Amino acid sequence: MIDMILFGVFPYVAVALAVAVGIYRYCFDRYSWSSQSSQFLESKALFWGSVPWHYAILLILLAHLLAFLFPSAWGALLGEPGRLYFLEVTGIALGVTTILAMLVLIFRRAANDRVCAVTSKVDWALLIALLIQVTSGVYIAVTLRWGGFWYVHTVSPWLWSLVGFSPKIQYLAEMPFIVKLHAFNAFFLLALFPFSRLVHVVSVPLSYISRPYQVVVWYRQRSGN
Amino acid sequence: MNIRAQVSTVFHLDKCIGCHTCSVACKNLWTDRKGAEYMWWNNVETKPGTGYPTKWEDQEQYKGGWERSGSQLQLKMGGKASSLGKIFHNPDLPTMDDYYEPFTFKYADLTNAPAGKDQPTARPVSMVSGKPMKIEAGPNWDDDLSGSNIYAANDPGVVQLSEEEQQQLFAIEKMVFFHLPRICNHCLNAGCVGSCPSGAIYKRGEDGIVLINQDKCRGWRMCVSGCPYKKTYYGWTTGKSEKCILCYPRQEAGEAPACFHSCVGRIRYLGVLLYDADQIEAVAMKEDSELAAAQREMILDPHDPQIQKAALKAGIAEEVLAAAQASPVYKFVKEWGIALPLHPEFRTLPMLFYVPPLLPVLSMENQGSQKMAEDFFTTLENARLPMRYLAGLFAGGNEEEVKAVYRRLIAVRIQRRSATVGDMDEAEVVKAREIAKVSSEQIEAIYRMTALTHIKQRIVVPPMLRDRAIEAGIDPETYKQEMGFGKRQAPKRRW
Repeated sequence: MIDMILFGVFPYVAVALAVAVGIYRYCFDRYSWSSQSSQFLESKALFWGSVPWHYAILLILLAHLLAFLFPSAWGALLGEPGRLYFLEVTGIALGVTTILAMLVLIFRRAANDRVCAVTSKVDWALLIALLIQVTSGVYIAVTLRWGGFWYVHTVSPWLWSLVGFSPKIQYLAEMPFIVKLHAFNAFFLLALFPFSRLVHVVSVPLSYISRPYQVVVWYRQRSGN
Repeated sequence: MNIRAQVSTVFHLDKCIGCHTCSVACKNLWTDRKGAEYMWWNNVETKPGTGYPTKWEDQEQYKGGWERSGSQLQLKMGGKASSLGKIFHNPDLPTMDDYYEPFTFKYADLTNAPAGKDQPTARPVSMVSGKPMKIEAGPNWDDDLSGSNIYAANDPGVVQLSEEEQQQLFAIEKMVFFHLPRICNHCLNAGCVGSCPSGAIYKRGEDGIVLINQDKCRGWRMCVSGCPYKKTYYGWTTGKSEKCILCYPRQEAGEAPACFHSCVGRIRYLGVLLYDADQIEAVAMKEDSELAAAQREMILDPHDPQIQKAALKAGIAEEVLAAAQASPVYKFVKEWGIALPLHPEFRTLPMLFYVPPLLPVLSMENQGSQKMAEDFFTTLENARLPMRYLAGLFAGGNEEEVKAVYRRLIAVRIQRRSATVGDMDEAEVVKAREIAKVSSEQIEAIYRMTALTHIKQRIVVPPMLRDRAIEAGIDPETYKQEMGFGKRQAPKRRW
């Protein structure tokens, strides 16, 4: 029963919250849509936390996403031991990077008076959830080999069953506790997304590359132009 | 030709008494809230000095403004792709310590302290963390401290001077300073606009005021680095950047901006300039020494019928054209050529111009005794403020540009002295005018504009034509938030 709630129902709740509250916040309080940077208050430690964190977590998320979207191709990719070792070692190295970076970020928020003053309860919840996520992820990668492989035969079908609105929770129900924690916490983070500074992940300003440097806004269309 | 109108400004530095009334007026109106305590959209600095934030002029440190990279103009902080690569940590962002940590005092301790032998004290506490702190900097920390080893000697403009020039500047009996009030320059080639990844910063087409759309701003902080004048500020409680808005709500109601209105020395002039927007990039690519002149060149004559026709065609209203003709800024910058942009070598084409200070330049040895024209001009090289220092501030290092301004200002001085005191030979006056290449009428006009005008002549706010800003037939209600009616939510964190 508890498995059904955690892995059959909660994912839908999380996605619904992320979409509905996300849209509400974007439409009615767009002003608040920001990463709430604290670099202005403390810059040095942030560099050692933020930069490795973001680049490493992006690559790890990319691997999770690819394995979910293209399980057979991902399985084929890992079929050869050389490639498997390479990806696993890279993944674990990136995972350890995220743990260290997250520890730096948490320590910075706690230890620096200025940064601590602009940290809300939701910020702390988010930081702790992220730390749990990356730590459990690395623990799984190290203890339950080879995650890259079994992911495509267990987690990927479970996620696809969620997409198909017929949740097959047995894939997750038989997993060790740590994997369950990792999976639940992932959707918890998704639920946290619209309520926290995590909203900044969908604000990647890629259009900057193609726009002209100068922006001029007119009250109205100019005649003759 | 792509004619646009720009609300531009002139600050007459000889008239600035450094009273900070402008700063206080601005603070009371716009930045007296949590997260904005440290922001001074208008501040007054002492020059030579390190300014606010400390050493803001040193672009080797702050990487503000533009530089030429081949045939292209590029932000000094890097290209667009590299800028996005630095989005997780901006290495060129000044921190609060480069400005100052806002503080208050525990005043309650003065009355609550138990009776004892010692005088009770009010300890300083940080307005960020609320904890006790040591005050090491504050607003206008180096006020009037010119000549100091800590402040003036570290002025980036002073550092580049020769040993001899520095001695000239810091000789104890000749110590000199002047005040430099600064607001946003509402540049034509703004670094903040160019560096904003979200595209939240924009120039208003009708009047050229540069604003940050607070709903579009995602707090990437690139504008703070991109602006070489450090006139965009990061709101540490809101996660948004803010800047001087040239009091556009006041201007739309026909009022002067608060800092202009409150200026005790009446040093501030405001008016419309017409310019050719197609030339922006070409002008910004000029050599350092040519930038001030090139920027002056791109400003168009509102009295020229050809220009008037083209302006009307470009959608500039007749009322705005009339305001451009009455613009005191046009007179200072173009007709009289006595106002220069601050640090044109940052290549942002700033539209705030300064009349450089004459008094500290002239009052050399024998203080108080006036000199004849001949002396004035030959001693310009030995002026108390080295010409090279002033050229570094106002002309991208071009001393001739600054000297030309000083010759005119001196000619005004001589002709007026001749008129009021009458102790000058007429030949001297004529000679001064010849050297400075100004007419007697121009001198009288400069004198009147400098000394005798009332507010409506100094500050010619163009009609902002809000009635015409919305296409007829569209319900104005739908445009409410886009039209400067402002936000109805408090600027604070809610999530």
